[in-house]
Amino acid sequence: MDAVASHHHQHRHPKRRRLALALALSLSLSPSPTPDAAAPPLDSLADELFFLVLDRVAQADPRALKSFALASRACHAAESRHRHVVRPLRTDLLPAAMARYPCATRLDLSLCARVPDAALASAVVSGPSALRAVDLSRSRGFGAAGVAALAASCPGLADLDLSNGVDLGDAAAAEVARAKGLRRLSLARWKTLTDMGLGCVAVGCAELRELSLKWCLGVSDLGIQLLALKCKKLTSLDLSYTMITQDSFLPIMKLPNLQELTLMGCIGIDDDALGSLEKECSKSLQVLDLSQCQNITDVGVSAILKSVPNLLELDLSYCCPVTPSMVRSLQKIPKLRTLKLEGCKFIADGLKAIGTSCVSLRELSLSKCSGVTDTELSFAVSRLKNLLKLDITCCRNITDVSLAAITSSCTSLVSLRMESCSRVSSGALQLIGKHCSHLEELDLTDSDLDGEGLKALARCSKLSSLKIGICLKISDEGLTHIGRSCPKLRDIDLYRCGGLSDDGIIQIAQGCPMLESINLSYCTEITDSSLISLSKCAKLNTLEIRGCPMITSTGLSEIAMGCRLLSKLDIKKCFEINDVGMLYLSQFSHSLRQINLSYCSVTDIGLLSLSSISGLQNMTIVHLAGITPNGVTATLMVCGCLTKVKLHEAFKSMMPPHMIKNVEARGCVFQWIDKPFKVEVEPCDVWKQQSQDVLVR
Amino acid sequence: MDLSQNHIHNQFAANLYYQFGSDNPFPSMGTQQQFPPFTSPPFDASPSTNIPHMDWNPATMLDNLTFIEEKIRQVKDVIRTMVDSGGQLSCHQGELAQKQPVVNADLTCLIVQLISTAGSLLPSLKNSSFLSHPAAGHMDMANHVGPSSGLVPNAMTVSEENKEDMCSPEDYEELFKGWTDGAIEEGIEIDNVLVEEQDMKDGDEGIDGENLPPGSYELLQLEKDEILAPHTHFCSICGKGFKRDANLRMHMRGHGDEYKSPAALAKPPRDASAEHELVKRYSCPSVGCKRNKLHKNFQPLKTILCVKNHYKRSHCEKSYTCSRCHTKKFSIMADLKTHEKHCGRDKWLCSCGTSFSRKDKLFAHVALFQGHTPALPPEEPKTCSDQSSHAGSHQESTKVPNSMGSSFMWGASSGDNNALDIKGFDGCNDDFLSTANFGSFNLSFGPADGFTGEPSGGSFSMLPSEHFQSAQKKGQN
Repeated sequence: MDAVASHHHQHRHPKRRRLALALALSLSLSPSPTPDAAAPPLDSLADELFFLVLDRVAQADPRALKSFALASRACHAAESRHRHVVRPLRTDLLPAAMARYPCATRLDLSLCARVPDAALASAVVSGPSALRAVDLSRSRGFGAAGVAALAASCPGLADLDLSNGVDLGDAAAAEVARAKGLRRLSLARWKTLTDMGLGCVAVGCAELRELSLKWCLGVSDLGIQLLALKCKKLTSLDLSYTMITQDSFLPIMKLPNLQELTLMGCIGIDDDALGSLEKECSKSLQVLDLSQCQNITDVGVSAILKSVPNLLELDLSYCCPVTPSMVRSLQKIPKLRTLKLEGCKFIADGLKAIGTSCVSLRELSLSKCSGVTDTELSFAVSRLKNLLKLDITCCRNITDVSLAAITSSCTSLVSLRMESCSRVSSGALQLIGKHCSHLEELDLTDSDLDGEGLKALARCSKLSSLKIGICLKISDEGLTHIGRSCPKLRDIDLYRCGGLSDDGIIQIAQGCPMLESINLSYCTEITDSSLISLSKCAKLNTLEIRGCPMITSTGLSEIAMGCRLLSKLDIKKCFEINDVGMLYLSQFSHSLRQINLSYCSVTDIGLLSLSSISGLQNMTIVHLAGITPNGVTATLMVCGCLTKVKLHEAFKSMMPPHMIKNVEARGCVFQWIDKPFKVEVEPCDVWKQQSQDVLVR
Repeated sequence: MDLSQNHIHNQFAANLYYQFGSDNPFPSMGTQQQFPPFTSPPFDASPSTNIPHMDWNPATMLDNLTFIEEKIRQVKDVIRTMVDSGGQLSCHQGELAQKQPVVNADLTCLIVQLISTAGSLLPSLKNSSFLSHPAAGHMDMANHVGPSSGLVPNAMTVSEENKEDMCSPEDYEELFKGWTDGAIEEGIEIDNVLVEEQDMKDGDEGIDGENLPPGSYELLQLEKDEILAPHTHFCSICGKGFKRDANLRMHMRGHGDEYKSPAALAKPPRDASAEHELVKRYSCPSVGCKRNKLHKNFQPLKTILCVKNHYKRSHCEKSYTCSRCHTKKFSIMADLKTHEKHCGRDKWLCSCGTSFSRKDKLFAHVALFQGHTPALPPEEPKTCSDQSSHAGSHQESTKVPNSMGSSFMWGASSGDNNALDIKGFDGCNDDFLSTANFGSFNLSFGPADGFTGEPSGGSFSMLPSEHFQSAQKKGQN
């Protein structure tokens, strides 16, 4: 994608470095460099070898591919033939990109917020394309004509993602229906789609395996019934938030190959619908999502469970109270592995019954459930020895008793999420590290975790995601244990860990080279030293340092140069960061998609320089003293990819209305913020106390 | 298949769409009127014996059992006489054969009575036992009633008094009410057949009229000229039609003294005598028609108006042509009016060019035929033209040149007078797949809101299923 869109003439130096790397890699692989001095040795390599080289190059540094292609004609040709995924930054380069990569099978336009019909037509103008998959889920601006061009020129099209096509309707659906070979299709949020368009798709795309109609509010039972009649090969169907009722539920359940059915938020599905299957059953169904279906009770759930003997995954989040009788009917699906009951209310001994009825359970979510007590949870987990994932977020009544039961019986846990289980003591939290050494994902946000707890966690060497925000007791020393023992850590959340300073972060940065995302917001002691050490984490793509007043442009510039994949950056209330930081970002951070600059010392100059980042989609620019309406207007006009901009409300009247309209017409949404200007940041303990006061109230 | 059969196809299509509209696609299923589903002859000394299902009590039960006992005795007597006469002379064979169906009917009646009596004990069983009751003896009865039997009552002779009783003026009111409501009603009689009355009124027990067992209603057949006469006033007793109410009133005097007072001619109040009201059904005079009593799957018509409409639609020339599309023809002015209201506004289009007034009809059509797909209205000119050319491939062989015309009219085939008749021809016809045909099949096939294409209404079973199969085969080709 860099080859397609980034600016070729800049950054000669790093490019040369990458070329050297690429050549070194390739030469070390080539069996015997030809002695012939006339032809460069690379040119005589067979395609297969070239491709091996390319794979290695891409593994080491994806951006080195561009350098590789520039080494010689043969390299260039080989790289052209080898690339299968094209993800352009700008649609105007689409024809060139498709010409350059004729073998590409997947076109990902998720970085192009606006894709006009003409661009889609021109992308595939040179004869039939090899494209099998096209992703337009993040794009707007095209209509039926664009879809028609795509369907006509890609005979092999099998995967088409048109989610979020809020402006698309029946006409576009009729064009989609011409792609007869489609196997996977998403029409999510096509709010104007009706049964007519769906009917076209149902008749035209008989090969469909997966279909999403989420939020297609215009679709009714008639269309779904036709779909069920014509597309017998469907394996996955998402009808979330549609108005379907019992009339189409029955034909859907009779689909012979349906494995996955999502009915989230379908208010038309009630107990009668679920009970209407009676003695028939769907042997193929493995995943059923009934979350947020408000008109279902435990009776309906019990009824449907009789008809899905091979179910592996059941989601009843925010759906109905969990009664013992309903849970007992879970015994009819002995293979059930995943049970999600988020936001459910447990009646009587419902939770205990889970322990006795669902012994093969691998994943259980009780997040935000009410009625979860120590006695019941302890009993349940003591029976669920095979549990791999457990989510007890916000089960506020549980104490050390539950945690002791969890850690003693579910020793193979891979994921444990227990944010805001604030009655669990720091001593009990040590049990997690002691007993559950297979953990890969752990969320202890807002807990009493301390240094000893972190030290115990050092046994979890596979830890990949660690969320310990708002844990005021943790210190640099504790973090050192994580840095030393968890080399696979990709994501760490240290939000409002007021006890941390640079030392802890440096340990993490040095010990966790795979780090992709770090949140240091409101760790007020952090300075540029942390960022300088983090700049060695080349894979870092998300950096949130909101409210770290000691950080300056120096630290940010190191990040910009070192972490070239940075795509999300939050530097709100880093008051010291100024235009210099922006200049570095604009030079090096070409992957940047999202930035929050509020309260920084950036002026029009810095803001304008950001506009050279062509993929920038999301900007928040509130309360910047040095920003003028003209500067904002100019920046917005240049950044062609913007999809969302947050500005202070005062700017609304100060910017030329036609400019705002122009930007909006390109697919950008404005959000006008009127929050008061507030510089000071509360200390972490004060903030935590305030948040707990809310809870008590 | 003869011409009249063809007509029936068309007629049903039209009937379904233009007469019944969205309210009640099943002429036969109308449950507005309560028909005593099963009746028995008023042999009993007290003909008012009712069998209320819901309120079971020992007294009623005793009555029921007494009735059944009585009935069995009667049948026994009949059979005994048969045995006796059979012993005397073997040449009475013909008479025997004539009596046998009557006995059968009686036995059927007995069984029904027994079941219903038992059913009152077990309300949950009630529905199934009734609904599953086969129309046994149906054919027997119809045959027995042959056209020649005329006014001669069947073996269970009904006394003249009883008959008077049963033919209460209730019918008139019923008729009048239906008429003013715009529902389909009518009447006129020739044959006066088996009269049994034992009201088993029960809310849900209503059962659609088509399942009335033969013999439980009075069957009448109007002559053609009666049907076509521009009458608006019909005798509720004999069904004779009159141009003026005065004529009817004069006629009514002939039926007995009770009709001579003005009070009797006004709408009689619905009182207890309503329970003795005789259910009437009508036969179409056109022999070979399914609505004719000689047809082996005879389905009686419910009212006089039904007879009139049916006869005109099925067996008369369609002299009213739609002034908008100049294609659709009707034999009933009301049908034309209904059509003209919607003509050209059928917005639900299929790729084959057929259009529908309702989306569910279109979807039933699309569900039925391979390769047909909903077509978007011609707001998007490009899409539309594409769709129609696409659809054209289905019907290269069509004889009707402009059936794909831009109008997308209902059955927009040609100006030919026979255009509609073509529909009914057998599947071997070359232009079977013309738009008109698809239209016709869908219409006759899409009775229910249900989507499955199952012909659920008994009235639709008259369409041979091979038609659909061959249509689908052709569609696949």
